[in-house]
Amino acid sequence: MLKSREDLKNRRSLYAKALESQTAKILVCAGTGCVAGGSLEIFDTLKAMIETRDIPCSIELEEEDNGDSVGLKKSGCHGFCEIGPLVRIEPQGWLYVKVKQEDCEEIIDQTILKGEHIERLAYRKNGDICKKQDEIPFYKKQTRHVLQHCGQIDATSINEYLALGGYSGLEKALFDMTGDEIIDEISESGLRGRGGGGFPVGRKWGQVKKQTEPQKYVVCNGDEGDPGAFMDRSIMEGDPHSVLEGMMIAGLSCGADQGYLYVRAEYPLAVSRLQTAIEQATELGLLGEQILGTDFSFYLHINQGAGAFVCGEGSALTASIEGKRGMPRVKPPRTVENGLFNKPTVLNNVETFANIPLIIRNGNDWYRSIGSERSPGTKAFALTGNIVNTGLIEVPMGTTLREVIFDIGGGMRDGGTFKGVQIGGPSGGCLTEKDLDLPLGFDSLKEAGAMIGSGGLVVMDDKTCMVEVARFFMNFTQNESCGKCVPCREGTKRMLGILERIVSGLGEEGDIELLLELADTVSATSLCGLGKTAALPVISTIENFRSEYEAHIREKRCPAGACSKLKRIEIDPELCRGCSKCTKVCPVTAISGKIKEPFVIDQEKCIKCGACIPTCPFQAISEV
Amino acid sequence: MSHKFDSYTIDEIIDEFGAQPSSVIAILQGVQEKHRYLPKEYFPHIAKRLGVSEASLYSVATFYENFSLEPKGKYVLKVCDGTACHVRKSIPILDRLRSELNLSEEKCTTDDLSFTLETVSCLGACGLAPVLTVNDKVYPAMTPDKASELLKQLKEGLVDA
Repeated sequence: MLKSREDLKNRRSLYAKALESQTAKILVCAGTGCVAGGSLEIFDTLKAMIETRDIPCSIELEEEDNGDSVGLKKSGCHGFCEIGPLVRIEPQGWLYVKVKQEDCEEIIDQTILKGEHIERLAYRKNGDICKKQDEIPFYKKQTRHVLQHCGQIDATSINEYLALGGYSGLEKALFDMTGDEIIDEISESGLRGRGGGGFPVGRKWGQVKKQTEPQKYVVCNGDEGDPGAFMDRSIMEGDPHSVLEGMMIAGLSCGADQGYLYVRAEYPLAVSRLQTAIEQATELGLLGEQILGTDFSFYLHINQGAGAFVCGEGSALTASIEGKRGMPRVKPPRTVENGLFNKPTVLNNVETFANIPLIIRNGNDWYRSIGSERSPGTKAFALTGNIVNTGLIEVPMGTTLREVIFDIGGGMRDGGTFKGVQIGGPSGGCLTEKDLDLPLGFDSLKEAGAMIGSGGLVVMDDKTCMVEVARFFMNFTQNESCGKCVPCREGTKRMLGILERIVSGLGEEGDIELLLELADTVSATSLCGLGKTAALPVISTIENFRSEYEAHIREKRCPAGACSKLKRIEIDPELCRGCSKCTKVCPVTAISGKIKEPFVIDQEKCIKCGACIPTCPFQAISEV
Repeated sequence: MSHKFDSYTIDEIIDEFGAQPSSVIAILQGVQEKHRYLPKEYFPHIAKRLGVSEASLYSVATFYENFSLEPKGKYVLKVCDGTACHVRKSIPILDRLRSELNLSEEKCTTDDLSFTLETVSCLGACGLAPVLTVNDKVYPAMTPDKASELLKQLKEGLVDA
């Protein structure tokens, strides 16, 4: 139990020494991606091998580590899930990719015992071998501050977090700063909310502090519902203490003693890591009553979402924590005055809170030196879609889309050409070739008709149909509309109906105008962000790809060749030898015929999945 | 399927989260974790203990996607149809599984209660797209064929999920 500033400092230096004295460290990535690839089994195998070989090893960082042991740890997400499971070797900084259980023996014998690099496990790019993480092009252009610990430390150990300067932001705020000074520091840093709106964080905290009501709350929005975004998931899994520390500093600055973390149910690993972190911090006395011997008390609770996208909206989220249907309400009063349990509430998202300890520790000048003037700092993005390198990245604001997609993302996969990028998920817009040199920032994107949103970047190639993309997002928003406002509930349904007609070849003249008219109404008359932005994907795809809409409507043709209802799959009777191979893969038994005679596809039954095409040894099946 | 009312376990769940209206969601999640769905028979008791109306319990249970008032299968398969999985062709996987299990958009659970097939909007495992989960275990980089194989293994009890 830490009772004073001295206690905290002592513990930190004790563990810093212990961490430094470990001869080697093996960090096995235990983010959702690598776990799915079997990283936990790799961890267990390594552990068993170390034990049978009698190598001194510490699974948990102990203060008495005396310099001859190997540290074996589960780290958070490295962000480059595609080449997982990842194993990182320190102090060399080597990164082994696509590690399998069979590789464990070699890792122990070659790398740990002899200190030799295993070339075949290294990342390769065009024949070049990248030993270290920083040598990999995916990481080269990144600036990792918020994600700095992800992949580098044991995500389940508060001691490692402390050893690397953890909770020194809280320490500084607690002993050297007043509430107003904390808020000033955050205001001057220019930090803007990372959840989508980009509201200045310091101003928000100041408004909460001003309220006379004695009970206040800090709420962390971990309901990262945008499909294609997983920045917050990785932070919660990989560096949970940074979120806790940020929330505590927020509580300290504005006089709140209760904090709630609202995490979506689809992130079970994040929930368990946060739970562990809270238990550890409470045990050490960094959470609870009279923290480090001061008057400041702070308690944290975790609430799990139950599958409602709209709960990412502030007032819906607080309603959900209160145990109600998560429906947004009319504002004002705003959350800062009347939030959780009708009390003044600081509500920020995970990435925002994770920035706070860094700003307090390093000062606002440091923070302002990163990024662009109106959007300082870095931003994490989830880079996905038809791109070579998918994963989680962090870049300074002001980086261009071109750098993100082509330098970090490595360009398009499978030889496709770049067509567009959806930014900000279902509430965002679609950017195209002409926007590639746009610097990423809250305001620059807004001007381009998109928004940064929470940071999902889904890159699409020329085989992606933009009308279908708009339909996909509209389907999502329509499903997730809470039903409170008629324009959103009915308007999204009508828009979805029209889009479904268009992609099935039943579009009519005037549909585009009707879509735009509905878009206008839904945007103007809905209460919350979900409804207000629901039409953005439709508007921006019409603006950028109007000709694709027109081809669907007028020529009943999908220029990208993606809309299944607009294509036919046929067997060329000249080429077909009647081997019946194709019938075996057809999921709907649409193909029939006599052996050694040409087979035919029943177009009524065919779902155009294309599964039969590659099975034909005579290339007789094709899309027409 | 009717459920035998077991107030003892229900009380245990309620006491774990506290008998107050704000615990409704956590309690329903606890009940669902135990039974894989929310048996309606429990509602009067929960409502009474929390001091809320049964109607308000229903309002919460029907609002959130994760709650089910119908029994679910032993294996719950969720095909991710988030943006990243969608553009990397998740729908053919869903179609294949639906046809092999004789399920549809309306009918999600097999009659013998062994499989439930659903879609989910994003699991945050976009780097491994397309993915599906079986009782929360993530299976990466799926194809229709790999999904069929997985299904076969589940049916034969070769993998535990």
